[in-house]
Amino acid sequence: MSELVIPKPVKHKFFTPGMVIVTLLALNGLYFLAKRFLFGMGAVTNLNNFYPWGLWIGVDVAAGVALAAGGFVTAAMGHIFHLPNMKPVIRPALLTAMLGYTFVGIGVMVDIGRWYYIWHPMIYWNGTSPLFEVGICVMTYLTVLYIEFFPIVTERFRGKVNLPNILSIFNKPIEFLFKLFDNTLGKAMFIFIIAGVVLSTLHQSSLGTLMVIAGYKMHPLWLTPIMPLLFFISAICVGIPMVLFESLIASRSFGVKPEMEVLKNIAAYVPLLLGIYLGFKLGDMAIRKSFVYLFEFNKYSIAWLIEIIFGVIIPLVMLNFKKVLNSPLWLFIAATLVVAGVLINRINTFIIAYHPLYAKVAYVPSFGEISVTVGFICLMVILYRIIVMIFPVISLPVKNEEKY
Amino acid sequence: MSDNARRDFLKQVGITTAATVGLSSITAKADEYKSGEVQGVLVDIGVCVGCRNCERACQVAHNLPAGDPEEYHNRDVYKEFRRPSTHSLTVVNEFENPKNKLIPYDVKYQCMHCNHPACVSACIVGAFTKNRNGAVTWDTNKCIGCRYCMVACPFQIPTFEYDKAIQPKIMKCDFCFERTKEGLLPACVANCPVEALTYGNRDELLVLAKKRIARYPDKYIQKVFGEDEVGGTSWLYIAPVDFEKLMFPTLGDKPAPGVTEAIQHGIFSYFIPPLALFGWLGGVMWLSKRKKELTESETKKEEDK
Repeated sequence: MSELVIPKPVKHKFFTPGMVIVTLLALNGLYFLAKRFLFGMGAVTNLNNFYPWGLWIGVDVAAGVALAAGGFVTAAMGHIFHLPNMKPVIRPALLTAMLGYTFVGIGVMVDIGRWYYIWHPMIYWNGTSPLFEVGICVMTYLTVLYIEFFPIVTERFRGKVNLPNILSIFNKPIEFLFKLFDNTLGKAMFIFIIAGVVLSTLHQSSLGTLMVIAGYKMHPLWLTPIMPLLFFISAICVGIPMVLFESLIASRSFGVKPEMEVLKNIAAYVPLLLGIYLGFKLGDMAIRKSFVYLFEFNKYSIAWLIEIIFGVIIPLVMLNFKKVLNSPLWLFIAATLVVAGVLINRINTFIIAYHPLYAKVAYVPSFGEISVTVGFICLMVILYRIIVMIFPVISLPVKNEEKY
Repeated sequence: MSDNARRDFLKQVGITTAATVGLSSITAKADEYKSGEVQGVLVDIGVCVGCRNCERACQVAHNLPAGDPEEYHNRDVYKEFRRPSTHSLTVVNEFENPKNKLIPYDVKYQCMHCNHPACVSACIVGAFTKNRNGAVTWDTNKCIGCRYCMVACPFQIPTFEYDKAIQPKIMKCDFCFERTKEGLLPACVANCPVEALTYGNRDELLVLAKKRIARYPDKYIQKVFGEDEVGGTSWLYIAPVDFEKLMFPTLGDKPAPGVTEAIQHGIFSYFIPPLALFGWLGGVMWLSKRKKELTESETKKEEDK
């Protein structure tokens, strides 16, 4: 083997034309965010007493949690089940999860009316509330993700802490902290890895329980008591496609060859997972006889068909072909379809399927709401780029002799 | 809760078999609210004249802008269907009577004060309380403003102050909790000039409602709205027409939070399932690691040969 693949910081120019646009969109989002905090939810959103939840809960929170599932899926496959070929994708997926969940937390803070009370669930408990469970699990899991990421920080800086001038007095204490971490938490990392998987299982499914209580206000194409199960399975389904999606974008953006050997091996797991998901989705539909609503050809049936055909069936078929697995472009298309499918499912569940009593007009997100959501995604892209340029996250091919 | 209802729950939960654990605790709650302490109000739509005195009394009792009493005589407000909002916790709507245009149907809406409130079950911080007298009240010191109560409520009652940047409140009828505590009637009931509203023990009100329907069978339809809806509500209605025509939702007799609570209790029955999952994953991790190490050392040996 002449080439080795190991994670190391990416060396690349930060600003490209694409990144300038991303930065401008992020600033646009921050403008509307400031408006929301200064003048209240009503100044920015189209939410009202009939539609209390909109784009921010549907996309920033629900879809955000689902699309950050790559973290626990790759951790479970690589660290717990010890499946082969997982290693190079665990770190990028962990970083996405860490950033994703951080922004889920920020997204919740933006959406709740009293953002300064976000810590209340820690002291005021309500065990019957699935939202309480989601809140507690997300808070704990975010902590676990930071702990899981810390070894990457120590790997980069341990023995190299060299702060300038007056700050140099902190060099020794910081080195000591790194050493302490490696010797304590670092050794117990398996506990955190398992905890991360358990916590993810719990809150990924409980996100699906959220809309069950809305009862008849939910369209029957989506409302089912197995919503938690469907949410959990779809989160597992989207884990790997999200890794593929990012790896292929990152390698294109940084101008390196995508690791197709690794990517096609993990992509091969996806059709099976999608098949299981489709089985449960259609099986539930057959048992509850909700397929009758598909023939109404209204916005609900069309939204459902788009979600299932483009988000599940087409990628499920595509990923069975060698040609798709071997081509970066086709693989990217298939992965994007799965990611979009889960995104559409969360939008359908939280926004489209919810049809409250007495509402005269259906909710459509405002320009400000869309700006904030897009702004957050752009901020995540910026942070991802900064972090992979500082820390050893992305695995790059290195010549054997260069190995450090 | 009857055995039939239980079986229905099971059917709904379906594949989530573990969820059955939760049923016992829901049953316990149901009995609790059957005790005679629960108060209610019987709204007789056949009697209400739509004077909107109740609306004004509610504004005054809750320190909300009440305006000039004369404004309430203006019946133009009935041209548009209104809903309770952050600045009016109860509203009256008027519907045309096809049999007699001179006697329209006037209907008062407010929080129904469910026996098994979805808001109490759903609230992330438990800011809602179902009080022993039936009132469902909200605690401003706990609320984080997530608005899940509004998603959950089958009557679409809680409203939110979207225009406030700091301390926005969830606004809904509190059954005049502060007044009833001191032995006073709820403000709307005390100010109804035609006795369309009757306050009292919920069980006795049900008897009264059925008596009234029996005495005037031509006037009322054979239904007390709120007797069974979502497991029963403190507020009860009798009416001369179908409740769907008066913009009431069509609801079953199962408590709104039933399925959700069954799922939640199933996932979290004494933390056993999460801990079991933790243990199982730990076992898998250890075994698969050993297996991997064994195969690796074997291949190494082969290579060495």
